[in-house]
Amino acid sequence: MTILIKVSNYLSSMEGISIYPIITLIIFFGFFALMFFLTYKIDKKKLDENSQLPLNDNHYEKEQ
Amino acid sequence: MEKEKFYYDNKIVKWFAYATMLWGIVGMLVGLIAAFQFVFPSLNFSIPYTTFGRIRPLHTNAVIFAFVGNGIFMGVYYSLQRLCKAPMYSKVLSKIHFWGWQLIIVLAALTLILGYTTGKEYAELEWPIDILIALIWVVFGWNMMGTIIKRRERHIYVAIWFYIATFVTVAVLHIVNSIELPVTLLKSYPVYAGVQDALVQWWYGHNAVAFFLTTPYLGIMYYFVPKASNRPVFSYRLSIIHFWALIFLYIWAGPHHLLYTSLPDWAQSLGTVFSIMLIAPSWGGMLNGLLTLRGAWDKVREDVILKFLVVAITCYGMSTLEGPLLSIKSLNAITHFTDWTIAHVHVGALGWNGFLTFGVLYWLIPRIFRTKLASKSMANAHFWIGTLGIIFYAIPMYWAGWTQSMMWKEFTADGRLAYQFLETVIELKPLYMLRALGGTLYLVGAIMMVWNLVATIRKGSALDYEAAEAEPLPKKVASHGNEHWHRWIERKPVQMLVVSLVVILIGGIVEFVPTFMVKTNIPKIAEVQPLTPLELAGRDVYIKEGCYVCHSQMIRPFRSETARYGDYSKSGEFVYDHPFQWGSKRTGPDLAREGVGNNKKSHQWHYNHMLNPTNTSPGSIMPPYPWLLTTKVNSGDIPAKIRAMQKLGVPYPEGYDLEAINDMEKQANKITSELRKEIALANKVEEDEVNIPANTEIIALIAYLQRLGTDIYKTETASNN
Repeated sequence: MTILIKVSNYLSSMEGISIYPIITLIIFFGFFALMFFLTYKIDKKKLDENSQLPLNDNHYEKEQ
Repeated sequence: MEKEKFYYDNKIVKWFAYATMLWGIVGMLVGLIAAFQFVFPSLNFSIPYTTFGRIRPLHTNAVIFAFVGNGIFMGVYYSLQRLCKAPMYSKVLSKIHFWGWQLIIVLAALTLILGYTTGKEYAELEWPIDILIALIWVVFGWNMMGTIIKRRERHIYVAIWFYIATFVTVAVLHIVNSIELPVTLLKSYPVYAGVQDALVQWWYGHNAVAFFLTTPYLGIMYYFVPKASNRPVFSYRLSIIHFWALIFLYIWAGPHHLLYTSLPDWAQSLGTVFSIMLIAPSWGGMLNGLLTLRGAWDKVREDVILKFLVVAITCYGMSTLEGPLLSIKSLNAITHFTDWTIAHVHVGALGWNGFLTFGVLYWLIPRIFRTKLASKSMANAHFWIGTLGIIFYAIPMYWAGWTQSMMWKEFTADGRLAYQFLETVIELKPLYMLRALGGTLYLVGAIMMVWNLVATIRKGSALDYEAAEAEPLPKKVASHGNEHWHRWIERKPVQMLVVSLVVILIGGIVEFVPTFMVKTNIPKIAEVQPLTPLELAGRDVYIKEGCYVCHSQMIRPFRSETARYGDYSKSGEFVYDHPFQWGSKRTGPDLAREGVGNNKKSHQWHYNHMLNPTNTSPGSIMPPYPWLLTTKVNSGDIPAKIRAMQKLGVPYPEGYDLEAINDMEKQANKITSELRKEIALANKVEEDEVNIPANTEIIALIAYLQRLGTDIYKTETASNN
């Protein structure tokens, strides 16, 4: 039985394990906040231009 | 500036399209045979090469890496050249990539059928093929990055970001998961063991879904949906968010395959949380794809290609809603190890990957061959028969999964399990039959497509090199002062690659670092000892025959499981398991404690069961394994295997490799003599009349099965005495 207790508790005995969820949260929140903010700032005209890219490349169809 | 003339290489696209069609049919056909074997187990013809344990990995590898793999390259080689306004960087690299990939597929098929496998799902291929995959993948990446660098279009379109992320992430996944110690030319052991091997494997397995079946196909969606509907993607801003959010979140989600297992709790929770968050970018992407068709829905009624694309994107939406839901622990407790998982992956595979590939093929082939599709009505018929196929596949499997789980968990009023495992299997047979019907419909549809496309190809003439012209990029870009951040990344493919790499590494590192520290933190269970040489050989037979595809070795801490299988599995029990064999599906019962308590059977039972499972378990759908009774066990490699295990940290005494064969023979003789006694007694004959050679695979396998799960009971037995 002592084995079972040891196995189930080994993580809580790991030093500093509690820091991991906090680091994770910070990385996650920071990544998304930055991404949303920066993406929001992109110029709409540029975006529209870029989104046209797949549509002006087919030479065969133009010939038809 | 004067325009430059150049030629798009359609020839390589054409080859990849042919390969996609060929391997698609092969992969689906093998899947269909496997599906029928669930109803008619004798369809393995009592030979190893056609037995479920070997053809199931053949099916998964064929559809993932051969069908979808070639589909990816077809879509990438077509769209990349046009989006970059440049031909592929090198025709030689294109050719090496194409033939190299086909060689890998052929080698994979041969080795899997012959039983050479690492025993890790979706990464079964042995180490020389792993090296070849890495090399060919680098050739692909080199060719792609070269093309992007030599492009004539300043902006790198979003589809290409997905391609770059695919390249870099698959490379990382493949290399990290394939680190193995070769024993012979076609046998290796992974360096990770038990919990760590499980974590690495499912980090890989889940992200193979993410970065092989999803991101490249999203890139293809972002190119071909606008093409086929002739309108730009709904929101380019959303596509940027979709990309970064998806690649960042996906990489964390692997542990959701290991809920309630011996994986540390915090890692399980992390997997769950990130899986649920994945709904957001996945649905963002799905809506972006579907809304691209805004104002063009009338076209969907007319255009069969759009029909395929719409169903594909809808199936993507369904799978990516279902996936996160299945990652919630309470739901996972019901669905995991059941056919529900099979239904889930097939909505993705048949719907998303299959239908998107079909849509692209129907769009591409007539264009490359400068003609019209041979038969529109046949393509329409394919669409409907394929859709019916998906429905007939998925619904019976959802039903089966639910039924199975409820039956496993049901107790009678007096607290006993309501059903034997075998009763739950027999209950599912009609549903397995329906699934095979669904698979048949789907395959018939795919054959119709190939027929139709071959007719189209014969009607037209291929435009192998398509003339195009575009202005070259100016050497220096005029700066407009404050440049937007994303333009800095998206203009430079190498930056994009590096930033993608950093983004995908974060999740992996946060999960791996503590889990690899476990090795020093985990209290070793003193009673857990390395396998004997004979048991090790038996374990290799277990891996070779693919037992793990139907049997788990992981008892979850539920009353319904501990009552059926015994004490729940502890992480310390797996420290010498290179590779771990927890499995992901229970078509048969769990075997983690096969050698203990109620589960323990006589040697004779195992012997008869392998000869023909219905001898001992009437109604069983396990195939017969008669060859195990006659095939000689591989004992020549045992010293090398012991040395390999020692290198990996398994504590065999020094110099034990020299004694191993001797010990192996001793144990084999002991088991054989016990077995002969049992058989003689049961058949009321003299022991001398029972002729069973001790050096056969069956004896090694029995030794292994009898050992399973026994270690942690050793002290209890000792202290009880």
